[in-house]
Amino acid sequence: MTISAFLTDATVCIGCKACEVACKEWNEVPADGFVWSGLSYDNTQSLGASTWRHVMFLEQPQTAGPQIADTKDPFRWVFLSDVCKHCANAGCLEACPTGSIVRTDIGSVLVQKDVCNGCGYCIVSCPFGVIDRRPVDGRAFKCTFCYDRQKAGLIPACAKACPTQSIQFGNLEELQERGNNRVHELRERGYEDARLYNPLETSVGGVHAMFVILGEPENYNLPPAPEVPTIYLKSAWTSALLSAAIAFVIACVAFAH
Amino acid sequence: MTSSANPGARKASEERLDEIRKAAADAALPLRNAPVSHPQIRGKESYYGLPVLKAPVWTWEVALYFFIGGVSGMSAALAFAAQLFGGEAALIRAALFVALTGAVLCPILLIADLGRPSRFLNMLRVFKVQSPMSMGAWILVAFSGCVFVALVAFELTQRGYAIPLVIGIRWAAEASGALTGLFLAAYTGVLIGATANPVWSHNRKAIPPHFLASAVGGSGAVLELLGFLTPATQLLGFVAAVAETVLGIYFELSRLPVNSPLHRGKSGWAFRIAGTLAGPIALLVRLLSDSASGRRAAAICFLVGALLSRYAWIWAGVASAKDPEALFQIQRKA
Repeated sequence: MTISAFLTDATVCIGCKACEVACKEWNEVPADGFVWSGLSYDNTQSLGASTWRHVMFLEQPQTAGPQIADTKDPFRWVFLSDVCKHCANAGCLEACPTGSIVRTDIGSVLVQKDVCNGCGYCIVSCPFGVIDRRPVDGRAFKCTFCYDRQKAGLIPACAKACPTQSIQFGNLEELQERGNNRVHELRERGYEDARLYNPLETSVGGVHAMFVILGEPENYNLPPAPEVPTIYLKSAWTSALLSAAIAFVIACVAFAH
Repeated sequence: MTSSANPGARKASEERLDEIRKAAADAALPLRNAPVSHPQIRGKESYYGLPVLKAPVWTWEVALYFFIGGVSGMSAALAFAAQLFGGEAALIRAALFVALTGAVLCPILLIADLGRPSRFLNMLRVFKVQSPMSMGAWILVAFSGCVFVALVAFELTQRGYAIPLVIGIRWAAEASGALTGLFLAAYTGVLIGATANPVWSHNRKAIPPHFLASAVGGSGAVLELLGFLTPATQLLGFVAAVAETVLGIYFELSRLPVNSPLHRGKSGWAFRIAGTLAGPIALLVRLLSDSASGRRAAAICFLVGALLSRYAWIWAGVASAKDPEALFQIQRKA
């Protein structure tokens, strides 16, 4: 089985949003409002039920960066196209009570829209805040990794539309290596805060959508140590069963009195 | 469906994707020499303070379900405890009736909250031990069946059909109703505790006892309001109010930033008011007066507090999802 993966590189992204447009058009994702955020050029603001690619615009008081404006103050502009991480251990998939969310043969996490009943439990179980419920429709939606295109031998629409190869598509192991090489290369060229975002050491166990970023993961709203919520089950159930047992003992004492 | 809603949209194709790529490359943003006056991201700040996580989408039905599920589940446990220790038949009947009422209301509330209510049966497509939502659906189905059979068998034994078979079924149904009822009252704590939500997952060990304390006091209080002002319900009321007081103090003293939704804003005030009503106020009313009206007042205080605290927990989850810094802080510490 080859595991499909994305490697999205902030250092070559030009913030054109072709990925957002391509994704919306190919997947027929409905419009979800239009607001002026006042936050750089980012009026999309976050991933959601009807936003499966989201281009971030980071304005930072830094000197080292790919896009430096000629101002008196230190300033850099970094762009990154965010997407569902297709976690190795996916919180949404574990939480789904209908079996709507499945692991596909290409290793991606897919919501089967003919099964989802909109219970909303995946939404609170995603450590990255990706999946959400579409208000009018009632079901949960997120990036499909263009499963339809991949099964037809095509690359995902966002990767296809990216003009700078900031969005790279391939198999997981190869892209992991390419990401590490890229970070090494960037550091040699003086971008000392370059890093690959792939939380391998947490319970998420790595992601199938990795990112080459400059600076801290937090700046991109990427959690520094995301955990899959199933690791909390043991302690929560232990507490629940103990509490229930004590409650029953109290009930018995009350009536035995 | 979406394409017909937008007839002007071009048919997606490989050529169209090429077109998007070319247009984007041509229109790439120019860097300007303008002085920077926009918001900037510094240090380890989040992305312009925007939330990392999505807020729970659950509406009013879910918090009410937590409350009713707790009260009715525990009522079935009380009925079985009373049966075991020779409690009066009228009390057992009333407790089973409360349990069955809850078993009818709970699925209605849960189905109403679904984005696609007509697909509620999809909950029973799979049995997933690692999903508290899946386990909860099965627990609720089992509980409903058990308490229905228990109440029918109980009525039969009371009306002259006290034959060994019916008595056996009654005991079995009451016992399994109590077991599934305890699960029903307890699992909702796991449901919110085992999530990615910071304030919920951080308190995953404290939420189940909090929910159980509300269930014990709530089921006792309902029986008191139905006229069963017995020493047993009085004891249940005391124990639950003490537990609520202790837990309220514990949550009040947990000053970590992740717990700020329990202290500040709408959720914080709701949580405090709820805890005070179900804890010290209910306790004080019980201590000051053991008259019928005093006990009814204490029961009402407890029920209102317990119900409000379910809402406070949901609201706290909404507030917590909107606070990226609290999330980062617990992850950096781990």
